[in-house]
Amino acid sequence: MILATIAFYFFAAICVASAVLVVTLRNPVHSVLFLILAFFNAAGLFVLLGAEFIAMTLVVVYVGAVAVLFLFVVMMLNIDKVGMKEGFQKYLPIGGIVCAILLAELILAGFGIRAAAGEAAGAASGAVVPPASTLTNTEQLGMVLYTDYFILFQSAGMILLVAMIGAITLTLRHHPRVKRQNVGDQVARDSKSTVRLVKVKSGEGVKP
Amino acid sequence: MSTVPPSLELIGVVGVTPYLVVSAILFTLGVFGIFVNRKNVITILMSIELMLLAVSINFVAFSVQLGNLQGQVFSLFVLTVAAAEAAIGLAILLSYYRIRATIAVEDVSSLKG
Repeated sequence: MILATIAFYFFAAICVASAVLVVTLRNPVHSVLFLILAFFNAAGLFVLLGAEFIAMTLVVVYVGAVAVLFLFVVMMLNIDKVGMKEGFQKYLPIGGIVCAILLAELILAGFGIRAAAGEAAGAASGAVVPPASTLTNTEQLGMVLYTDYFILFQSAGMILLVAMIGAITLTLRHHPRVKRQNVGDQVARDSKSTVRLVKVKSGEGVKP
Repeated sequence: MSTVPPSLELIGVVGVTPYLVVSAILFTLGVFGIFVNRKNVITILMSIELMLLAVSINFVAFSVQLGNLQGQVFSLFVLTVAAAEAAIGLAILLSYYRIRATIAVEDVSSLKG
């Protein structure tokens, strides 16, 4: 029990600290690496909550795909690291004030929800406990996802397909000076149009 | 209380409120990152990812507290949309970099077809 508490505060502290470093570091490569650390620790928080499937999806999708995509793009672009943080001092006060107010409001709302939930739980104690089940989190999620949310699941697949096509369309370009292979032309060639048999007399060359 | 799944025993230790606080801090850091990094689109995109992560933590915490899987299903969709958004955003960033050789977003309004 105490181990779970310690683990929660460990994951939460590292997650928040690396999130701070993501938004404040000067070098985008370091930012991406700390983003990966934040995602790993958020996955740890999800495991503590008992949402194992979401945790593993977070590691696979965010760390394995999104963060690596960020890393590729950061390393592909030649970014001026010094000019990157020019507006930092300028926007720090207003950003700090807005974010402090936002954080205070969010936390107050959270405690308000907690108080309301506590009253509700007092009214009907044990209502939040679901019936005991031997199924794992992944099995439960699959049973819901492929039945009740089937249309939404397919729509998510369509969104990913459209995103893939869009990303390829946006970034693929054909350079006019680069010669490219035209497979149709190559297949359509036959010997009649390309090979010519010539009798060559001795002492004379071949006229083209 | 032997019928309680282990996850509920865990959340009984810490409660749902600390998760909400962590989520609120992460979301606020995302907003802060968008505020202070006006020059750097990559950091803005990473801040958006942080905000989506905070929302996911919120969904999953309430899902476990209420014993309802809808929150986790929605968290999966948030993940999907985050991946699509990152891919499209970075592709747009690459096209912009090819045209302007910079990623400063302050004068993006001059980008035309």
